This record gives sequence, structure tokens and C-alpha cells, in this order.
Amino acid sequence: MSTPAPLRILEWNVAVYRRVWRSSLLTSFLQPILYLLAMGLGVGALVNRNTGSGHILGGVSYIAFVAPGLLATTAMMVGAIESLWPVYDALKWGRQYEAMSATPLEPGDIVAAHALWMLFRTGIAAATVAAVMALFPDVRSLGLIAAVPAAMLSGIAFAMPLGAWAITRDREMSFPLIQRFVIVPLFLFGGAFFPLSQLPLLIRYIGYSTPLWHGVQLCRSLTNGTSLSALAALGHIGYLVIWALAGGLLMRRFAKRRLFA
Amino acid sequence: MSPEPLIHATGLRKQFGDFTAVDGIDFNVQPGEAFGFLGPNGAGKSSTMRMIGCTSPISGGTLRLFGLDPATHGRDIRRRLGVVPQLDSLDQELTVEENLIIYGRYFDLSRAEARRRAVELLDFVQLTDRAKSRVEPLSGGMKRRVTIARSLINEPDLLLLDEPTTGLDPQARHILWDRLYRLKQQGVTLVLTTHYMDEAEQLCDRLVVMDAGRIVAEGSPRQLIEQHATREVLELRFPAGTNADNEAYALGIGDRHEVLPDRILVYAHNGDEALAKAIGAGAKPESALVRRSTLEDVFLRLTGRTLVE
Repeated sequence: MSTPAPLRILEWNVAVYRRVWRSSLLTSFLQPILYLLAMGLGVGALVNRNTGSGHILGGVSYIAFVAPGLLATTAMMVGAIESLWPVYDALKWGRQYEAMSATPLEPGDIVAAHALWMLFRTGIAAATVAAVMALFPDVRSLGLIAAVPAAMLSGIAFAMPLGAWAITRDREMSFPLIQRFVIVPLFLFGGAFFPLSQLPLLIRYIGYSTPLWHGVQLCRSLTNGTSLSALAALGHIGYLVIWALAGGLLMRRFAKRRLFA
Repeated sequence: MSPEPLIHATGLRKQFGDFTAVDGIDFNVQPGEAFGFLGPNGAGKSSTMRMIGCTSPISGGTLRLFGLDPATHGRDIRRRLGVVPQLDSLDQELTVEENLIIYGRYFDLSRAEARRRAVELLDFVQLTDRAKSRVEPLSGGMKRRVTIARSLINEPDLLLLDEPTTGLDPQARHILWDRLYRLKQQGVTLVLTTHYMDEAEQLCDRLVVMDAGRIVAEGSPRQLIEQHATREVLELRFPAGTNADNEAYALGIGDRHEVLPDRILVYAHNGDEALAKAIGAGAKPESALVRRSTLEDVFLRLTGRTLVE
């Protein structure tokens, strides 16, 4: 019984990752700790003092509101960044994709492996955030376990479309711009730090249309045990799945065009 | 009756938009043969190699490898190919051994089998002592040998080498040629591209000369030299900028001559005799050299240009 091709490609990812995981894991621990201390406790103290804030935040303390958002934003960051430079690297600098194309592997195998790898990386990142969250009594809950896959889904909804973009590129100049003008604004305005209802209507709808907002809603309701109708939950999940699938199909198409030209 | 060719191409074409990289070429490669594509950069060698390697769909004509069509059986064909690309595609961060094992896994070898073959192949390319070292600090010649070892991990029926020694120093080239020659003796079919005529002469049983996407000549190195060049070549160097003034001395002393920017070549059966005639006529070259003719001369004859500018 032979191993499916995408899993055999993952052995390459793992071999490379084994050399760097320590440093990458340290930052993934440190970052959420700093965020939760600063935003959750620091800013939270101010927010919670404001009467009526509890109502706007859905009846929870600020840290309980902001922390689950961090699950989704972290997964988004990891999914996005790991699908830009590393994909470009494997295409142009390291040429690992070229090496793979000379073997029985097909573009679909390469893209499936990328998707699995992104699930793994976003999973590690989200699980780390969840572990840090468990240190804070207000957000400690069994729901965190279910929120991790929701975060992974949010991450891959960014990873696959951006991977599709990266594999078409001849230069990587657009990557810092994507980071600065897409990822960072989403981080700030994707509903992680405050409810989008606080924003003007137009910006609000931009926010709703991005995968991040849907991921944040899922993570938040799962962590806090706040109610989310089955329909809404399915809507969020479906929306993220569509982004991931459409991105993956595009990436496969572009990979074929690029590697088998 | 020759056996069924490993590669059979007729009217093979590759088009990128308006640009024709390969313009209708015919060739066959027989099992056990070392077959070369000789030509300058841009002649269409690499495009041809990528079509043979089933990573580039053909734009026209027919191509069969092992009797299979790359358009429908790319995966099956690639399973039986070894590919040494023009630019190294090793993972620089990983060890030599890891590179081989991971690549073996792409061919669905078991880990144990990939490991066993990696040990054998590293011995073959004389890099056993480097098995555990990262690829990045290795010399260019060593990296090429790792790439060759990697290309053999699936025990290919056909090994494709795209400019295997470009950019290597002479010593590294000779080590590589030696290894490739051993493979050939073991019966591995080699197809390689090169713009070095000495490489083609060393390794190829048969080769085609390519220029601007077409095949301009075909044969064994010896046949090509016999058909398109004389036995010997006299190279005359005159003071810079006086080649045109001195061209007259080259007339009539050999079969024909070629004026290059830095020297005049005279093609003659007997180079020394031609030189004596030129000196007798009053020529005062700064230096004169008589040598056997090479594929470079064949290429010059066929295209009017040298192989490596």
C-alpha cells in the first residue's frame, strides 16, 4: 500500500521544517502572550469600565471578545505569509517545484500537499494561541479545542488564493504590498478587535465579505460558547471552504501552466 | 532492423506565443545510445529536452517515448526518466542524503529502498563522505554530482542531461564525464544537450547540431567532422585589426577558410603544408597553430557562427 503522493511531498516540508520549528514556535507563543496582555488586559480594563460595552461585545469581557479573534488572525497571517514567499521560493529560487515536476508527481499533488502543509502550519499556530489563551481564566474553555480547526479553515482560506497568486509571479515585489495593504488591514478591521457594527456601513460590508470576519465569528462563538445558529455557522464554514477550494483549484491551474509550460 | 527507438520524434515543434523555439525536428534515440543536442544558447535544445521530459506539451509533430504519448502518459513516462536540469534544483537546506531520499519518495520508493539506493548512488558519484552534509556549501561540481545521483534514484531507462557541465571548472567536468561514461557502459541511455563540442565528442555516439530551432546536421562526431570539416585546421593570428588585410594569405592554401574576429582559420588536409605555403607567400602571423578539426568547426561551417560567443 503506497503512500498518497501529497503525503510524500509533505516529507519534504517536514524535513525543512525540522530545521526551523524551534524558533518559529517560540514566536508563535510569544506573540499571543503579548497581545493578550496588552489588548486583553490593558485595553480591556478600559473597555470593560465603559457601561454598555458588554452589550456591544455580546455579553462578554473584552479579553473574551478579543482573544478568539486572535486565533483566526494568527492562522490568516501564517497561511498568507507561508503561501507567498515559500511558494515563490520553491518555484524560482530553490526550484523544488521544478524538481517535483520531473517525477511522476502532478500539479494537483503539489497543490494538495501545499494545502495539507498549510493546514498543519495554521493548526500548529492556532493550537499555540489556544494554549496561551488557556492561561487566561476568562477565555479558558473546552470550546478552544473546536476553535482550532475553525482557525485552520480561516488560514487556508487565505493560503490557497495567495498561493495561486504567488505561483504566477516572476517577481516577489507584490508580496510586501499584499501584506501591508491586505493582511494588516484585515487584521485590524476583520472584526477581531471590535464588532464591525462600530464602523460605517461601507467598511462594514467590506469586512463581512472577507474570509477573516467569518473565521473570527466561528472562533468566537466556539470559544465563548455563545450561540450561533446552525445556518449562520454553516454559512461561515461554507464561505471559508469556498475561498479555500476556489484558491486551490486556481493554484492547481496556475501550477500546471507554470511548471508544465 | 533496429529495435524500437526509446525516443521517436517527427516534425516536433515548440511554440511560445509568436516565438518558435523548436521548428519541426526529426530524431530517434535507440536504447543504450548516448545522443546529443549540440548548439549555441537559444538553439532550442532546452525546449526539446523539456518536451522529452514531459514537462512541456508539444506544439506540433509527434513525440513518443517508450512508444508512449507524453500528452496522455506523461506520468508513466516520467516514472522511467532521470532528469538533470540545467540549473540545480536541490534543496540547499537539506543534506545530500535527504535530497536523494525525498526525491526517491516522489517516485514512490519505500523509505528503506530510497535510503539503500541513496547509499549506492552516493558511492557511485564519490560523495559518500558528504552524505550528511548540507548541499548549500558544496562546490558546483559536487552539486552536479548530487543531482546526477538524484536523477538515478528511480533506476531510469533514459537519463536526460541539460548542459550537465556548464559553469564547471575543467577538473569537475572531467570527473563528471567519467561518471557519465560509466553509466553509458552500464547501458543507460543518455540524452544530453551541450554547447561544448569537446563534451559532445567525449560522450555522444551520435548527435544532432541545432541552430535556431532546427537540426542542421546529424551523425557521429567523427562523421560530422569528416563531412563538414577537413582533417586539420590551421589557425593564424595576426596583429589585432589586420585580419582583413591578411586574408589574401589564406586563399588557395587549403580547401577553404573562415575569418573570425580574433583569428583566421584555414581548413586543410595537411595544416603544416598550408602554413608553409602561407609563410612562403610572405605572411607574418603572430602565431600559428595546427590542430585536428572539431565539432566547433562543423558548427562554424554549418551556421557561420561559433558555439560559445
